[in-house]
Amino acid sequence: MLRRRACAGSTAVALILSLLLVLLVAITVYLFVAKAYWFPVSITEFGDKVDIQFHRTLIIAGIVFVLSQLGLAYAIFRFRDRGQKAKYVEGNNTMEAVWTIATLVMFVGLGILARSAWADVHFRDPAPGAMKIEVIGQQFQWSFRFPGADGVFGRYKTVEKALAERAHGDQSASPWQLDATDAAGKDDIVLGAGSELVIPVNREVELWIRSQDVTHSFFVRELRLKQDAVPGLLIKVHFTATQTGTYEMPCAELCGLGHYRMHTNLKILPQDQFDKWMAEEVAANAQ
Amino acid sequence: MVTHDSGAGHAHQAPTGFLWKYIFSKDHKVIGIQYILLALFSVFLGMALSILMRIHLAWPALKLPFFENGAISPEQYLALLTMHGSIMVFMVLTTAPQSGFGNYFLPIQIGAADMAFPTLNMLSFWTTFVSLCVVTAAFFVPEGAPIGGWTAYPPLSGIGKVAGPGQGPGMTLWIVGVAIFCGASLMGALNFITTVIDLRAKGMSLLRMPLTVWAWFITAILGLLAFGVLLAACILLLLDRSLGTSFFVPVGLVVSDTIINHKGGSPLLWQHLFWFFGHPEVYIAILPGMGVASHLLSTFARKPVFGYRAMVYALCGIGFLGFCVWGHHMFVSGMSPYSAFAFSLLTMSIGVPSAIKTFNWIGTLWDSKIQFTTAMLFALGFVSLFVTGGLSGLFLAQPTIDLYFHDGYFVVAHFHLIMGVAAIFGMFGALFFWFPKMFGKFLNEGLGKIHFWFTFIGVYAIFMPMHWLGLLGINRRYSAFEAYSPSVRAQIAPIQTFITVAAVITIAAQLLFLYNFVWSLWKGKKCAGDNPWNATTLEWSIPTPPPFDNFAGDEPVVYRGAYEFSVPDAPEDYAPQHVAPAELGKYYLDLAADRLKGFTSKVAESRAKLSEKN
Amino acid sequence: MPGATAAGDIEILAVDDGRGGGDVPRAGGDDDGASGGRGASRILSRRYFTGMGLGIVAILMFFMALVSAYIVRKGTGMDWMPVALPPVLFINTAILLASSLTLELARRRLGLGDRSGFQTYWQVTTGLGLLFLAGQLIAWRQLVAAGAYFSSNPASSFFYTFTATHGVHLLGGIVALVVVAARSFDRAKVTRATAAELTSVYWHFMDGLWVFLLALLYLGR
Ligand code: HEA
Ligand code: HEA
Ligand code: CUA
Ligand SMILES: [Cu+2]
Repeated sequence: MLRRRACAGSTAVALILSLLLVLLVAITVYLFVAKAYWFPVSITEFGDKVDIQFHRTLIIAGIVFVLSQLGLAYAIFRFRDRGQKAKYVEGNNTMEAVWTIATLVMFVGLGILARSAWADVHFRDPAPGAMKIEVIGQQFQWSFRFPGADGVFGRYKTVEKALAERAHGDQSASPWQLDATDAAGKDDIVLGAGSELVIPVNREVELWIRSQDVTHSFFVRELRLKQDAVPGLLIKVHFTATQTGTYEMPCAELCGLGHYRMHTNLKILPQDQFDKWMAEEVAANAQ
Repeated sequence: MVTHDSGAGHAHQAPTGFLWKYIFSKDHKVIGIQYILLALFSVFLGMALSILMRIHLAWPALKLPFFENGAISPEQYLALLTMHGSIMVFMVLTTAPQSGFGNYFLPIQIGAADMAFPTLNMLSFWTTFVSLCVVTAAFFVPEGAPIGGWTAYPPLSGIGKVAGPGQGPGMTLWIVGVAIFCGASLMGALNFITTVIDLRAKGMSLLRMPLTVWAWFITAILGLLAFGVLLAACILLLLDRSLGTSFFVPVGLVVSDTIINHKGGSPLLWQHLFWFFGHPEVYIAILPGMGVASHLLSTFARKPVFGYRAMVYALCGIGFLGFCVWGHHMFVSGMSPYSAFAFSLLTMSIGVPSAIKTFNWIGTLWDSKIQFTTAMLFALGFVSLFVTGGLSGLFLAQPTIDLYFHDGYFVVAHFHLIMGVAAIFGMFGALFFWFPKMFGKFLNEGLGKIHFWFTFIGVYAIFMPMHWLGLLGINRRYSAFEAYSPSVRAQIAPIQTFITVAAVITIAAQLLFLYNFVWSLWKGKKCAGDNPWNATTLEWSIPTPPPFDNFAGDEPVVYRGAYEFSVPDAPEDYAPQHVAPAELGKYYLDLAADRLKGFTSKVAESRAKLSEKN
Repeated sequence: MPGATAAGDIEILAVDDGRGGGDVPRAGGDDDGASGGRGASRILSRRYFTGMGLGIVAILMFFMALVSAYIVRKGTGMDWMPVALPPVLFINTAILLASSLTLELARRRLGLGDRSGFQTYWQVTTGLGLLFLAGQLIAWRQLVAAGAYFSSNPASSFFYTFTATHGVHLLGGIVALVVVAARSFDRAKVTRATAAELTSVYWHFMDGLWVFLLALLYLGR
């Protein structure tokens, strides 16, 4: 009774499916190798490290992708039903052990390699001279504050105080206004909602990221840096930009209706131009 | 049989009357079909939403009926997106693969007459139904459907109307609906686990269970542990919204010039609770698909599952690790960078059991004899999509790289490939495979294959290009891209159009599937035998469609593992689980006799025809 | 028919490969069933104990989520103002513990076949349960009187949330108590003794959970 009937039409189906998989691999590999769509340039050392780590991962994932899709395609075509008998195999412990250990080593290895760049922004403190800038998100704009000559940010009004002022008729009072009684705030330079973030090139910058209302996210593609602005938290990140230019800063966390249009620019100026700009702002602030 | 629990515990009598038989039925098979229909409705709703989103992204000015200004506004886009994500994740992927197919086939595959708690089963379906109604009702309330994504991060979702459109009653309904859904899923999970633990037939030891059962079992455990957490989080969020507590909403918020009267809550707390549920949830979505894929690959490759034990351990490993990695959704949230690093390593190691599964699937195909039924095509598609979607997870798992990709289209590409379509392919495979058992008719294979080709090519065409949007740094949940410079916009416009066109075609092809489904129910090819695929598991040992109490009072006995295909020297290439070794010879002889009978009657028929002609 | 000659081989190939439970079929789930002296009903009802255990796990996860929220929230914000627990809570706790005791006494009576003794103790248990809930309400009133409302500060929010969610779960237990006492078990799938045992498992769990929550609220102020 050992009939070995082949399934009709299986060659055509097998061929199409394996060719599709090959095509998938070819197009994907082409698009990644040709870099038709790619990251914008990186403008920090950290960004370069990210790119390197991305490439490492891409190579490993790419090899796995190509091998497993092609392996699948091969198996599909090679073992289509041609009336043969399938081999009765239940498994192979050596092979299981080999691929388990191989993937484990690969994954954990990658994870550990990725550590150094992460450590750069998150484990290491900025150099003492880093320039502090406060970045504040609100629906749907960014505002900024420089600490001024003293290098110290002034205090905000307390909520109670703002509420009291509102009760006295000043409806614009807000816990996000500087407390006039704090001397440190006198020289703070506040760039109101809608301004651009201006920083000097080749100087370490530490951002103090906050939010007034809901969660937003600071993101500059060229910095390879993203950090949520979480209300109630003060989160610090630091970086040193090595190229001048103007870069987009699109908000990266859903913050309501206007999320898609919440953006501004990061302007990186040469030191002398930055100083000039700063002087103007200080003058404007003094008035 | 006194010592055997399945069935004997119920006064098992088929109910009469339409209402009790088809609506408030306690029969796991009816409930399974109810779940599948619920998912089918939801998936088409979700697809309709996605097509509107795609149209808005590619041609924002296109005039559409039913929209106030003739076109979709940004806030409508966000509402569509929120509802699309929630409906797809909760109402489709948590219902059909687990509660739908699992309900129908888990008891049969382990040789039980029903689920452990039939009434609870019915309750859990109707609770799910209520939850679907509540969530969809959010479309129809003033101020519209919620705008919060399926993750509903507070404070946006926690302070009500002031936060903008979509934060009013719609959001409340969403939270309530999801909370109800948690309750429903908890009931279901409890039922599934109990059934597997206590109702297995004689001989159905744990390591003889089909991998589908294993997958449903582990999924149920994940559900049991995860949904309670989401329920708690939803309750706290509701309290923040309606009673003015401050669990998640911090102090000093100023929203639309109003000072919000809340005190020091923690937005990150919601994120931790949500993702503690959320990550296991995505495995709840994929594990049943993995089970089905393993099952189909083995059945249609006519070969035992390669490394059955390893597959079981991998399922357990994924289930366990799934609870240890939630932080990978929060790398940029302001969580401690040290825990980010730990979460990263744990996340990477979850790739290991996934790799074991992938290699074993390919191992199963090796030296096999592949029969390309539509069900098998979907199972093969599953493997391809799982690999593609899973590998992008490897990038996201590294905080360094995720700093760039987070909340961008790379993530969207990742989860659509692995969840949006790999898991859905598992469902398709399951449906094509089990349809004849459920309804006594086959789905049309020809139509099914056309549908497969369109869908397989289509979903790659939709979701692969999103990786490149991600590389360009395009953010998700954007209804327009004016935040980017014109040159970037020019670069992405053709990609967006391409994706939309692909989506339109792919979604149109789903109508083919719907047509196939409905048509086959009426007119599909009849399924003559009980075991059309020559499969081994218990559901194929009973009549088609299965009678009310599955085994008609006979308790099946199980004699071997679930995947005994192509045993050397056997006359047939499969050995069913329920046939005793001593009876196997007779079983094959009967098969041969049947075949002979069919053959002789055919010969007689054609002879008669011939003689008529002469 | 070649099949006839192949039949001999089939026996060999069909011998179980040993992957599962050997070639002698082994009961999948009921290994301890046949040995126990309590017979078939014990086996039949096992699923209810499994289900109860799983239900407890699910409820525990729910409360653990709240507890972890409590711990996290306590560490954030400056607005935490410990709630002065109303002393009535300790009386309530004593009542609840006592109810666990009377529940066990009732079950013992049932085991001895003393139906009326069972009913008495059982109803005392139910009464104590209701008394506990009433006591919780009193605690709420006292807090309100002291000016600690639901949204006053996170500590009070958590206090109300914990007591309310625990109360709702306990109410479920009371419903079960009433059902077990009032229902006729003639046509039921389980005996009254089993139903009572199941209820007791849940009740003791609620009891223990309350003690834990109280300890948290008291020690973790
Ligand atoms: C079915 C659902 C599903 C599944 C199975 C997965 C699986 C995985 N996911 Fe995914 N994920 C989601 C659904 C899913 N995900 C969703 C919905 C989101 C977004 C939520 C939101 O924000 O809205 C998300 C987001 C998400 C993030 C957060 C991104 C961000 O928001 O910034 C991360 C980060 O680590 C991640 C990682 C992973 C990893 C490592 C796996 C791994 O399990 C994958 C393992 C598989 C493989 C690796 C491929 C097969 C293996 C091989 C071929 C072996 C050989 C391979 C090698 C040696 C490399 N996912
Ligand atoms: C199951 C999950 C699932 C599925 C199937 C889909 C399907 C699709 N999704 Fe969706 N999507 C999500 C889950 C899913 N999505 C989630 C979670 C989000 C995130 C929301 C958020 O940000 O909060 C999202 C967001 C999302 C975005 C991102 C928007 C943004 O960030 O701005 C886009 C954009 O194009 C999109 C498009 C599509 C398209 C075109 C489809 C197409 O419809 C694909 C074609 C569909 C199929 C091929 C499936 C057909 C299936 C059947 C017919 C089932 C048969 C049924 C049985 C067998 C019972 N989706
Ligand atoms: Cu601000 Cu998005
Ligand atoms: Cu995850």
